[in-house]
Amino acid sequence: MDDLVVTALRFGFLILLWLLIISIISALRRDLMIGKKDKTGAPTARQARKNPDLAEQHAAPPRVQAHRLIVVEGPLAGKTLDLAASPILLGRAQEATLVLEDDYASGRHARLFPQGSRWFIEDLGSTNGTYLGDTQLTRALPVEPGAPIRIGKTVIELRP
Amino acid sequence: MSNITTIPKPRRNVELLLLILALAVGVGANFLVGLDQDQALDSDFFVQGSTLIFLVFAVHIVLRIRAKYADPIILPVVTAMNGLGLAMIHRIDIATGDQAANRQLLWTGMAIAVLIAVIWLLRDHRVLRRFTYISLIVSAVLLMLPLLPGIGMELNGARIWINLGFATFQPGEIAKITLAIFFAGYLSTNRDLILLAGKKLGPLQLPRWKDMGPMVVAWLVSIGVLIFQRDLGSSILFFGLFMAMIYIATSRVSWILIGLVMIAFGGFVAFKLFPHVTARIDGWLNAFDPEVYNRIGGSHQIVQGLFGLASGGLTGTGLGQGRPDLVTFANSDMIIAAMGEELGLIGLSAIVMLYVLLVSRGIRAALGTRDSFGKLLATGLSFTLALQCFVVIGGVTRLIPLTGLTTPFMAAGGSSLLANWLIIALLLLISDAARRPAMTGPISSGQPRQRGLARIKALGSKPAKNQDPHRTVEVKKP
Repeated sequence: MDDLVVTALRFGFLILLWLLIISIISALRRDLMIGKKDKTGAPTARQARKNPDLAEQHAAPPRVQAHRLIVVEGPLAGKTLDLAASPILLGRAQEATLVLEDDYASGRHARLFPQGSRWFIEDLGSTNGTYLGDTQLTRALPVEPGAPIRIGKTVIELRP
Repeated sequence: MSNITTIPKPRRNVELLLLILALAVGVGANFLVGLDQDQALDSDFFVQGSTLIFLVFAVHIVLRIRAKYADPIILPVVTAMNGLGLAMIHRIDIATGDQAANRQLLWTGMAIAVLIAVIWLLRDHRVLRRFTYISLIVSAVLLMLPLLPGIGMELNGARIWINLGFATFQPGEIAKITLAIFFAGYLSTNRDLILLAGKKLGPLQLPRWKDMGPMVVAWLVSIGVLIFQRDLGSSILFFGLFMAMIYIATSRVSWILIGLVMIAFGGFVAFKLFPHVTARIDGWLNAFDPEVYNRIGGSHQIVQGLFGLASGGLTGTGLGQGRPDLVTFANSDMIIAAMGEELGLIGLSAIVMLYVLLVSRGIRAALGTRDSFGKLLATGLSFTLALQCFVVIGGVTRLIPLTGLTTPFMAAGGSSLLANWLIIALLLLISDAARRPAMTGPISSGQPRQRGLARIKALGSKPAKNQDPHRTVEVKKP
């Protein structure tokens, strides 16, 4: 084999290798969402300084602290639970704090946990999902008193 | 543990394009290794090339059918690495007259068959959560198998193989997956307890003794592996896996500190008590000492590997033109040195880059998926791959002592290949769950439909199982 061809192939292969990597990274570009604004989360102090509306929007009124959990709809309707400072597990499993007798709930469906003065709800990978109002949870969200949380056929609310 | 949303698009065509490029790399490398010996187009090349192409396209088609939203990057990256590994093993075969590449090809076929079976049958990674404690028992059994007389066997000083009659197998490779499943299941269940209980000591929140249980178990497992099987690499891997997962689950630095103290203690004791660990560390620190170099089990292997890397230089000697076969275990333990010799720093850094991309895609799947079990499992599995690369490449380049871990997807060795493709199967499933569009629809008017498995109450944990979780909402009128 001609030396020149072998050398060309040798360098050609290295170029091919890096070509693969560059194509992969350019395929990733969209996934990384470079340059897009993060729509979720509170504005940073810097953003608030530049854009005063943003800050005002997020200056929430003094919150009412939730002390009770009440089941509004579903098989357990009417049941109430006093909230302590510890997280609450919702689901069909026997070890759950609130055992839901609901065929559409998973064993370990969701958990409510306190952080600061607010309660948050987080889905624990349930089959049918957890809804806060009309939106399905994809991450932990704060729950205001009165907001309905739907798990299967059960709807629960926090009350002051 | 946060979530990031992506616009859901299957992107299977992107995968197809990248796959063709990756196969060009893999098959091209296999062509080049024989070029100099005029063996470029022999039967081995055609068999290996066409089998790899067939297998990978089979996976691609299965993904199109079953896991449409799976990450499009993972499969091409793994294909390129498997192809490069196959080519290098074939290249060393040509030099030594061995048949390792065909064995590796056979295992690749088996591994891909297992991957297809997992994707086809499992469909949803959350099913694995039911097997949390079963996985723990399975891991323990797998780790103990090599110690049993009769089927267990000792090779090169480590007792980590079992003899299946037709082939040998390292059950520990599968145990790392089952352990990851156990840790993910355990931690996603008990995260609250570990997080909330415990005393505060300055900025550190110390966990309670009770919650330290699993940490101690993990530590004992890794020390047990070290003592009874004399396998330093796996022992580091298991402990690192657990430390990473508990840190991710709790985001407490105190766990890392406790883990590091335990490692330091375990490492020191091992260094003092076990001669094979002492020999490894001696061979690492005094690698160029002639006495250590010439000793049996001394630093000959690692120093030859370094010489190989040095002769490769920046652009390498070219595939098929170096002498990587001079290094002992050139096609398994030291395949990174062989790659570095023939592809040079430029090629080796491309390979490292491929690993970085693979691990980053795994972590990305973890960020995107909605359930904490999936998050922990994906991070744990990607971390396993990353740690394995670090330990192997660090060992070959003499950053840390050389231990007997395999280079994922490249090194000759069936069990490691099988286990790593299994990891890829799980990562693909988790990324599919992560990138699939979230269920949207009228909530108050309809209920998700209940089918088949729902009636089996014995399954308990997930009775209301849709055929396609997240995918459809079907409205049932009362």
